[in-house]
Amino acid sequence: MQANSMDQFVRICGRRRREFWAGVIGIAPLVLGAIPFGLIYGVLAVTIGLPTTMAQAMSTIVFAGSAQFTTAQLLRDGAPLLVIILTVAVLNVRHVLYSASLAPYLRHLNRGWKVFLAYLLTDEAYAIAITRYWEDKANPCDRDTLRSTDRRHWFVLGASLTLWVNWQISTLIGVYLGAQIPAAWSLDFAMPLTFIAIVVPALRDRATVGAAVVAGTVVLLALALPLKLGLVTAMIAGILAGTMIEQWQGKKRGGE
Amino acid sequence: MKIIEISTLWGALLLIGLITFFYRALFILFADALHLPGWVQQPLRFVPVAALTAIIVPELLVREGTLALTGQNERLVAGIIAIGIAWWSKNTLLTLTSGMVALYLLQWWSGS
Repeated sequence: MQANSMDQFVRICGRRRREFWAGVIGIAPLVLGAIPFGLIYGVLAVTIGLPTTMAQAMSTIVFAGSAQFTTAQLLRDGAPLLVIILTVAVLNVRHVLYSASLAPYLRHLNRGWKVFLAYLLTDEAYAIAITRYWEDKANPCDRDTLRSTDRRHWFVLGASLTLWVNWQISTLIGVYLGAQIPAAWSLDFAMPLTFIAIVVPALRDRATVGAAVVAGTVVLLALALPLKLGLVTAMIAGILAGTMIEQWQGKKRGGE
Repeated sequence: MKIIEISTLWGALLLIGLITFFYRALFILFADALHLPGWVQQPLRFVPVAALTAIIVPELLVREGTLALTGQNERLVAGIIAIGIAWWSKNTLLTLTSGMVALYLLQWWSGS
């Protein structure tokens, strides 16, 4: 009995480190993809005239690539700060979905863990973390059991911290290279390219295609809108279009 | 970039960070017992596609503030090539490099 609980103890405590490194390795491919993205953000932020400290601080304060790009771009185009804040508020609202999806698994953690993991929650970290929780269905979600044996949050920590460190370093290099890179290199084009690489594989059904088509059309029609409000208008139009198409399809299927 | 007070800019930056943290912490920290209802979840699913497309399209189609729907617009052509590569390969790095190489070749070709 005694030996048995000792075994249990070793297995559980040993798992922390193992989970952490499994997370680090799990996110490695996505980290590779984030390097050019971080470099290019750094270059763009400095090129448009942001002070280097601020360009780098954005990576720690916001820690969301697409939001940082959008902020830099809207600043470049002279959008009012309120419009920038509104646009990022819509762009980043997707994190609520990640938060809601992970919350049940992190319920047993203390406040410090929750705050830290929430701060580190990104598209990439979520994608890796949730697969870890899904693959291991054997781990019961019983409250007591969770408290004593669930160490998968170390996996989440390993994955998200790796991404964070990588993001800070790559944007820092970008910020310092920024001044030296000539505009003729068109490095700013890497931003839409990175987004293309994210969006195109996500166009899986009619609803997502509809969301993209409507967002892309509205943003062009809204070019004339004052204060650079076109971007946020197009985002909302696309989101509504996708939702409506999906609902309409659901109804049609239900009616058959 | 328009001239904005640096302190105002810092304030906006902090606010953007706070909003983002609020989203990330909302359920993990404050409402872990709540279940996100379907009518909220459904629209959120479309945020990445809608938002990123709205950013991509003007980058490809708008040059100097006006629509440029011609073959002379190198970014449009390179972008379409990248979309094809992304569709076929689903690989971020490959999409990025082929798009950049296409842009460089087109620029070199047109002598600009």
